[in-house]
Amino acid sequence: MSLTTSDFLAAWWTIAVGTLSNASCAILGCYLLLRRMSLLGDAISHAILPGIAIAFLLTGKIASFPIFLGAMGIGVLTAFLTQLIHRGGVTEDASLGVVFTSLFAIGVIMVSAIHSVDLDPGCVLYGLIDAVPLTTQPFLGFEVPPAVGTMGSVLIVVLLFVNIFWKELKLVSFDPDLATSMGISATLVHYLLMAMVAGVTVTSFEAVGAILVVAMLIVPAATAHLLTDRLWSMMLVAVGVGFLSSLFGYIGALLLDTSVAGMMSVVAGLLFLLAVFFSPRYGVVSKVWHNLALTLRISGEDIIATIYRAEERAGGKTSGAGIGLGESLRAAGGGIVGWLAVAGFWWQGLLDCRGSLLILTPDGRRRARSLVRSHRLWELFLEENVELPLDHLHDPAERVEHFIDRHLQEELNDVLESPRKDPHGRPIPPLDSMDEA
Amino acid sequence: MITYNTLIVLLGTSLLGANCGLVGSFALLRRRALIGDTLAHATLPGLCLAFLLLGYRSLPAMLVGAFVTGVMGIVTVALLRHWTRIKEDACLGIVLSVFFGWGIVLIKLIQNETTSGSKAGLDSYIFGKTAGMIAQDVMIIGGVSLFCLLVVMLLFKEFKLVAFDASFARAQGWPAVLLDLALMGLVALTVVIGLPAVGVVLIAALLIMPGAAARFWTERLESMLLVSAFVGFVVGLVGTSISARVDNAPAGPVLVLVGSSIFMLSMFFAPRRGLVARLVADRRSRLRLENRRFLEVLFDLMEPALPERQPIALADVLDHRGWSSRDLGRLVDRAEKHGWVDRVDREKLRATEKGLRKGARYALSHRLWLTFLDEHPDQIAAYANLSSTDPAELLPADLMESVRGKLLASGRWPSADLLETSEELSR
Repeated sequence: MSLTTSDFLAAWWTIAVGTLSNASCAILGCYLLLRRMSLLGDAISHAILPGIAIAFLLTGKIASFPIFLGAMGIGVLTAFLTQLIHRGGVTEDASLGVVFTSLFAIGVIMVSAIHSVDLDPGCVLYGLIDAVPLTTQPFLGFEVPPAVGTMGSVLIVVLLFVNIFWKELKLVSFDPDLATSMGISATLVHYLLMAMVAGVTVTSFEAVGAILVVAMLIVPAATAHLLTDRLWSMMLVAVGVGFLSSLFGYIGALLLDTSVAGMMSVVAGLLFLLAVFFSPRYGVVSKVWHNLALTLRISGEDIIATIYRAEERAGGKTSGAGIGLGESLRAAGGGIVGWLAVAGFWWQGLLDCRGSLLILTPDGRRRARSLVRSHRLWELFLEENVELPLDHLHDPAERVEHFIDRHLQEELNDVLESPRKDPHGRPIPPLDSMDEA
Repeated sequence: MITYNTLIVLLGTSLLGANCGLVGSFALLRRRALIGDTLAHATLPGLCLAFLLLGYRSLPAMLVGAFVTGVMGIVTVALLRHWTRIKEDACLGIVLSVFFGWGIVLIKLIQNETTSGSKAGLDSYIFGKTAGMIAQDVMIIGGVSLFCLLVVMLLFKEFKLVAFDASFARAQGWPAVLLDLALMGLVALTVVIGLPAVGVVLIAALLIMPGAAARFWTERLESMLLVSAFVGFVVGLVGTSISARVDNAPAGPVLVLVGSSIFMLSMFFAPRRGLVARLVADRRSRLRLENRRFLEVLFDLMEPALPERQPIALADVLDHRGWSSRDLGRLVDRAEKHGWVDRVDREKLRATEKGLRKGARYALSHRLWLTFLDEHPDQIAAYANLSSTDPAELLPADLMESVRGKLLASGRWPSADLLETSEELSR
């Protein structure tokens, strides 16, 4: 396959239009996502179809400024009708469902009746992004497809809108009550946002169709939401995801010889899936990893605490007492987790083997002593403050001991006035015994 | 007139509508109205995959494929909601658009590989095509509908519980997750069999609209299901007839529009719960409240001169309450019609015996409330919208007794001879 200059230009313009419309959608999508109104975006993108059909009948074009304005009107109307039917006693999701399917149905019937090559039900679904490079207009000495101009101006409008209403949008998204009390009309901001969503949807519509524009509105924003916590960085990431899905969507569609718009949303979905699994903070893998690490730490700590108690019974650290592997696995709750915990603590130099016994290294002993100290302080604290019976003290302390840090330990020690014995009469080990050194 | 083909199509769509109404009602009550939409869009790749794997059009295989990816879609929604910080609405949108995009990618692939003849078959799944329905389709629809009906009848009590209060059901030890899954399974089956007729994009509407319309007509689940199934039946019947007669009217959108028309009619004109009925009822209760206030004020003003019925100046009445003079004029006109007041002249009026009796009763109830609130100001919040109800209906008997005593002692009990005939309040 040899690439000619025109092929390259076509690729360049298609990706450009995809990126521009993805960027506008992604930025507004962030607000939709944060306000839990993603489906309103979905609904609006369906609902503008009759408007597009009417406008097409009147002007013969899909994207033009009057249509942009008309779509904004329909966006507001959709949000308003949904609210109205909701007030009429229908749940919010059902009223949304009724409104947008009805408007979409009207649109489909109108489009079918128009019978035009440029606007058929297929185009409603797939969009015409493949046709973008086919027509060009001279602009500053370059041959530029008009769609690039349209999408570029829409992006500028979106950026202006977000810039001007930054504070208001942010407040309304995160705390509508606070916004209202500060004199910002949440309703007005809501309808402004819906108008913008409709405007952006209608211009992106030509490129990717009614349903896939939903992917551009929601998926990049959701991906970004998994990766970052700040609004502006969320928008940046969302735009980046939009760009990547345009780029790889186009390449993928070229390789498989299939729909560019469909491929773009599939790529966006794959990027989202990557974020679901591998996001550093909110990803499934990192969650599982953290849970596993915590489980191993707790099991290992249970093991060294058990050895420490064995030493205590045998008469102190010099006794060299240890416990068998079987007993330590039982202390860890058994199974593969126990093995991993033993291996991990051995690796960290906290445990050692002597014959068939597991014994503590000096480091391990220090850690175990601190744990037992936490455990017994907590038991005493529970006994004095919660007045639990003696035989109910061990279990809660066994759970909490792993989460009591040095600082809390000190506080407990002060509150309990540096006690020497726990409620069972066993000694509370001192923080750092001098003889350790 | 009616051919065998038309009969088949009508039978198929009306059965489908009825089944959508039945299953959709539960989804609606469970607040899962839009999951049908996501599910439907997610069936598209399954349809295409089945076609790609088999290489020819086989309805049962494609429906199975659609069911598989549809269920994959809702399972994905559930997993995303459970695993990530993304909220349910966005999960629905993500699955809907990405699966649909996947489907479109596959459709284009199929179009590349095959002749245009078989490709048209796939396109018809997007907006629906009833005309091509054959006896086999109707058998499938009938079988699935029967199955759904049986499941609903067997699990009626459980579904009812989960639909109205899922957390209560869980707390009571019902397997709420399993029941939810069963419900979603029925929704998935219904969506899948509706695809050939209504299409991927709009089948969800058929699930939502009959239930939403039926909700306006009844308060009981049993009758709601019946009404909803009937509405769905009518939607199928009427929608198909229209779509068959009008050129270029794809079946799916027409059915949806028939559904939304019925929904709109229900929303406006249903007795009791409809908007018109509620407006009328609102207006009536507002009138009742205004009349009550008016007679109460009139009684207050005439009370000092009783038993003599001295005329009262309209201006005094206006002083007493924040009515505009036009409102007051209307109130007086209405009261006159009811025979509660006589106009003495343009400026003055007085209550009739009948009006006084009513006024005395309202004033008593008002004063009892005032006394009660004087004594127990901490209770205000517990008894909202006080003045329009008889306190004896709301207050416990012992409290009522003490409030009565207080009011009697204050000497503000309305004149006894006006009251004894109406209520035993003065006892």
